[in-house]
Amino acid sequence: MSAISREDVAHLAHLAHIEMSDAELDKMTGELGVIVEAIASVSEVASADVPATTHPIALFNVFREDVVGPTLTAEEALLNAPDSVDTRFRVPAILDGE
Amino acid sequence: MASHIDELVDFDVALEKYDPVLGFEVHVELNTKTKMFSSAPNVFGDTPNTNVTPVCLGLPGVLPVVNKTAVEYAILIGLALNCKIAERCGFARKNYFYPDTPKNFQTSQYDDPIAYDGWLDIELEDGEVFRVEIERAHMEEDAGKLTHMGGATGRIQGADYSLVDYNRSGVPLVEIVTKTIEGAGKRAPELAKAYVAAIREIVKSLDVSDAKMERGNVRCDANVSLMLKGAEKFGTRTETKNVNSLRAVEHAVRFEIERHAAVLNSGAAIVQETRHWHEDTRTTTSGRPKSDADDYRYFPEPDLVPVITTPEWIEELRARLPEPPAARRKRLQAEWGYSDAEFRDVVNAGVTEAIEETIAAGTTAAVARKWWMGEIARLAKNSDVETLDLGVTPATIVELNSLIESKKINDKIARQVLEFVVAGEGTPTEVVEKRSLAVVNDDSALGVAIDAAMEAMPDVVAKVKAGKLQAIGALMGPVMKATRGQADAGRVRELVLEKLGIEG
Amino acid sequence: MNEIIRYSATELAAKLRAGEITSVAAVQAHLDRIAEVDGGERGIHAFLHVNGEEALAVAAEVDAIRAAGGADAEALHPFAGVPIAIKDLIVTKGQPTTAASKMLEGWMSPYDATVITKIRAAKLPMLGKTNLDEFAMGSSTEHSAYGLTRNPWDLDRIPGGSGGGSAAAVAAFEAPLALGTDTGGSIRQPGAVTGTVGVKPTYGGVSRYGAIAMASSLDQIGPVTRTVLDSAYLHELIGGHDPADSTSLNEPVPALVEAAELGASGDMTGVRVGVIKELQGEGYEAGVQERFDESLEALRAAGAEIVEVSCPNFKYALGAYYLIMPSEVSSNLAKFDGVRFGTRVLPEEGPLTIERVMGATRAAGFGDEVKRRIILGTYALSAGYYDAYYGSAQKVRTLIQRDFDAAFELADVLISPTSPTVAFELGSKTGDPLAMYLNDVATIPANMAGVPGITVPGGLSEGLPVGIQFLAPVREDARLYRAGAALEKLLEDKWGGHLIDQAPELSAATTGGVA
Repeated sequence: MSAISREDVAHLAHLAHIEMSDAELDKMTGELGVIVEAIASVSEVASADVPATTHPIALFNVFREDVVGPTLTAEEALLNAPDSVDTRFRVPAILDGE
Repeated sequence: MASHIDELVDFDVALEKYDPVLGFEVHVELNTKTKMFSSAPNVFGDTPNTNVTPVCLGLPGVLPVVNKTAVEYAILIGLALNCKIAERCGFARKNYFYPDTPKNFQTSQYDDPIAYDGWLDIELEDGEVFRVEIERAHMEEDAGKLTHMGGATGRIQGADYSLVDYNRSGVPLVEIVTKTIEGAGKRAPELAKAYVAAIREIVKSLDVSDAKMERGNVRCDANVSLMLKGAEKFGTRTETKNVNSLRAVEHAVRFEIERHAAVLNSGAAIVQETRHWHEDTRTTTSGRPKSDADDYRYFPEPDLVPVITTPEWIEELRARLPEPPAARRKRLQAEWGYSDAEFRDVVNAGVTEAIEETIAAGTTAAVARKWWMGEIARLAKNSDVETLDLGVTPATIVELNSLIESKKINDKIARQVLEFVVAGEGTPTEVVEKRSLAVVNDDSALGVAIDAAMEAMPDVVAKVKAGKLQAIGALMGPVMKATRGQADAGRVRELVLEKLGIEG
Repeated sequence: MNEIIRYSATELAAKLRAGEITSVAAVQAHLDRIAEVDGGERGIHAFLHVNGEEALAVAAEVDAIRAAGGADAEALHPFAGVPIAIKDLIVTKGQPTTAASKMLEGWMSPYDATVITKIRAAKLPMLGKTNLDEFAMGSSTEHSAYGLTRNPWDLDRIPGGSGGGSAAAVAAFEAPLALGTDTGGSIRQPGAVTGTVGVKPTYGGVSRYGAIAMASSLDQIGPVTRTVLDSAYLHELIGGHDPADSTSLNEPVPALVEAAELGASGDMTGVRVGVIKELQGEGYEAGVQERFDESLEALRAAGAEIVEVSCPNFKYALGAYYLIMPSEVSSNLAKFDGVRFGTRVLPEEGPLTIERVMGATRAAGFGDEVKRRIILGTYALSAGYYDAYYGSAQKVRTLIQRDFDAAFELADVLISPTSPTVAFELGSKTGDPLAMYLNDVATIPANMAGVPGITVPGGLSEGLPVGIQFLAPVREDARLYRAGAALEKLLEDKWGGHLIDQAPELSAATTGGVA
C-alpha cells in the first residue's frame, strides 16, 4: 500500500466530480493518509484462499415478472428538476464550447 | 480533422500492405414489456419522461429488481450464438458521470457475463462462410436520450445546452462482443456488414428485439486496427461508436482502414480513441481519447443478487429456439423450388415470411411468389410504401387465387380486385360482388345473350354450321356487350357449339 | 409534563384501544413536547421537519374509526394512532426528505419508502423527520447540514450518530417510536448513549426500498424505542418481504413480540450467552466495562450460561468497513449531481459545462465527511487498488462471518458493550475522523456479517447511559428480543424503573423552547 499523494487526491476528486480548492486538497490528503494507514492491515490478513463476500446473506435469482407497473407522471418526474423545458430535464452543454 | 480525408489511402492499396483486424460490440435493445430493473414500460416514442418510475430517474432511495424475461432473452441470444451459458453470474456497477445516466453508474455485467465463448458463421456474398468468434454476451441497461440544443448542427459540439428524456433509461440491453477477427482481408467491410446483419436477423427471429437499426434497437461499435502483413503484433485500434445502419457499418470499417493506412504510411501512430461516424460525409472524426477518466471502478452491484442458471432452465429455453435464419433460408428455398436469383430477390424484398404464410394458407409457392413479387410489389412501389406495409394479407391472396381457379374472375380482373382491396373496399369476394366483376358463366344468362346474338346474325350461324368454327368470334362482340364484358370467352364458344350440336 | 408522553408505545396503544386517550390527544401531547424542548437555543433539535397537520389528521381518522367500532375498528393495527418519528434518510411523500444534506434541501420525494407505506397502512401518525449525520455518515449527528442534535441526558453532549435525531426524540419523550437506519451502528450507538433501545434487524429483514442508500450491503432500517417490547412491535410492523428490494428475505417475520414477552419473565435458564473477548477491555471506558460486567452477572443469576468466545478477525472489521462502506458510498452518492433533483450550483468562473456544474454542485452540496468518504471509496475502487483494498475487505468480511459462525456454535446470543464510551462532548472529536470512527468498533461486525443486533440500556457511568449489545445469528432476531427483554427486566427490577426515568427533566426553561 503506497501513501496517498496530493496528486492522487486531485485525481480522485476529478473522478468523483467534486471540485476542490488547493487548501481542501491539502487537508484531504493529510486526513486520507491517516485513514489509509489505519486500515492497511486489511490487505495483510486477506489471503488468496479466502473467498470474497459481496452480500451478507447469500440469495440468488431474485426476479420480477415482466409486467408493467405504475409510472410517474411527467409532472412528478420533473417536480424537483433544477431546470427543465416542456417535459425534459435541461442541463448545461456537455462539452466546452468550441 | 477534415484534412485526414485528403490523406486517405486507397482501400486496395492499403490492403496490399496491411491486414485489417476487426472487433465488434453490438448492443441489442430487448423488446421486453418493461425495463431491465424497473416495471416502467419499455416503449419507443412516447412523450419524454412519461415512461419512468423513481428507479428510472435514479431518485434517492430506489432499488433495482431484475426482469426475468430480460434474463431469458439474454440466454436465448447466448444460445443462438452458440455460447456457453454461465452457471452463475452477477451484475456490476460501471461508474462514470454522464447526464443521460441517472445513477451516474451503469448496471452491467463485468467479469461474469451470462453467455460466453460462442461463434457465428457468416455467409459472405460469394457463398464463403466466415466464422466469427463471440467473446461474450452480457446484460446491461440503456441510458436516457440527450438532445443537444443550440449551436449549428444539433451535435454535441457547439451546443448551448442539452435536454434529457429518461424514457429509454433502463431499457434492457444485451451487448454482444466478438473476439478479435483476423483474416477478413479485403472483405473486412463486407464481413462487418454481414455480421451485424446476421445479429439483427437472429434477434429478430428470436423475437427478443424489434431489431430496427434506425430506432437504435441494434447499435454497432466497430473496432479497427491494421497490422503490417506478416507482423505478429496487433496495431493500435480505434473504436467507431454507434454506427447505426448496415451500410454505415460497411462504410465506417472501410473508411477507418483507409485512414489508418494513411496515418501509418506517414510514419505517425494511431491514437487509441473513440471515433464518431458521420453519415453525411461518410467519415469518422476524433472523439475522446482513452484516458484515466476511463477508470470505471467496477464492483459487484450490492443491490442485486447473483443469477444461477440450472440445466433444466437452459434446456427449457433451448427448446424455444427457432430454426437458425441461415438454415431456415436454405430449407425454404429447397422446399419452394426457387432459383438462387428468385430466392435472393424474395429475401431482399423482405417478403419471405409473407410468402411462407401465403403458402401455408393454401397456395403454391409459384402463385405466392407471383403475387408478392409482382402485383403487390408494383402497387407498393406506386404508393411509395414497403410491400408489407400495403396491408395485403396471405388470406387475400388465397381468396383471389381461388376466385381465379374457380373461374369466377380472370387474371386481369383479379389485379383490379386487388387494387380495390388495398383501397379498403373489402375482401376480394366482397369487391367482386359489390362491383359486379364476376365473370358471367351463369349458363342461363349467357344462353339468353347467345340466343339473341345468333338470332340477330343468321349468316354467322350458317357459316359455323358449315364448319367455319372461327366465325364464332363474330358472335363474341354482341355477347360481351350484353354481359358487360364479363362473359368467359371459352364458355361462350362451348355453348354456341352445344346449341348447334357441333362437337368442339 | 403531560403523562401521555411518558407511556411506552405498547402502553399508549392499550390506552388508545381502551378509549382512555384519543390518538389526537396523544399526537398533540407529543407535538407540544416537541415545541417545548426541540426548538430552543439549547433545544434537542431532534426534528428537521415537524409534520403536525398530517399527524393530527391521521390521528383523527383513527379516533373516528375506533369511535365507530365494528369491523374497521377491529381491523386496525394494534399500534394504530401511536405517533412515530422518521429518520430523515427515509423518503416520504408530502414531507421533505433531506438526508441532512444541503444537496437535498427542499427535495420532495414523489414516492414513499416501503416502510412508510406500511406505517401509513397501519395508521401510525408521523410526527416528522429526524436529524442525522449527513447521509448517515457519522457517529455524533454533528455532521448534519442543518445543525447538531443534543443528548437529552446532557445538552452539551452528542446523542450518537448517525441516528442521533431518532434516538434523542425517543429519549426526550418527543416520540414513543422512531425509525432509524444502521450501516455500522447508526441505530445501536445512539441508542446506547441516549439510554434507549435500538435494533438492527437481520440484513434483508426490513425492506431498504426508500432508505437513501449509504452502503447498500450494510444498511438496514430498524426500530428506535424506549422498551424492548415496543421495538418488537415496530419491527414486526416494518419487517417482511418486499419485492422492490432484491436483497429482502422472502420469509415470514419471526415472532418477535412473543419472544420479547417470553424474555420479560427475566428467566434466562438454558440460554448460552457468549462474551466476545475482542469487544471489551482495552479501548473501553472503565465505567462501560463495569456496567457490562454487572449485566453479565445479572444474566448469570437469571440462569444464563455465560461462555467466552473469540472472534479474532473482528480487529480487522473496522478497517474493512472503512473500505467497503466508502466504496459503496462513492457509487451510491454519484446520483447527487444537480441534474434531476436537488440543488444545482453553477461554477463561479470558467465555461458552463455540465461536468463543471456537477463538480460545483457536489462541492457545495456535500459536507466534509461525505466528501472524505467519497474520495476514500473512489480510491479503494480505482484501477490498481481494487484488489488490495475493496477485494481484501470483502475477504475480511468472509473471515468475520466465519468468526460469527464459530461463536454461534458455542453460544445462542453474543454480548458486548454497544459503544466503547458514553456520550462525548459536542465538538470533541469533529477534528479527528479516526477517533470518531472508533465509536463503531463494537457495532460494525454485525453489519459486515448481516447478523441482527440490539442495544438495551445497561445503566449509567458518571450519569450517562451505557448500552449493552446482543447479537444473534442471521434470521434469529427473536433471540435478541428474548435476551434483550430479559436483561431489561433484570436491570429495571434493580433500578426500580426505566433507566430513562433517571434522565434530567427537560423543559422550555432548560432548552429555551416554547413553554
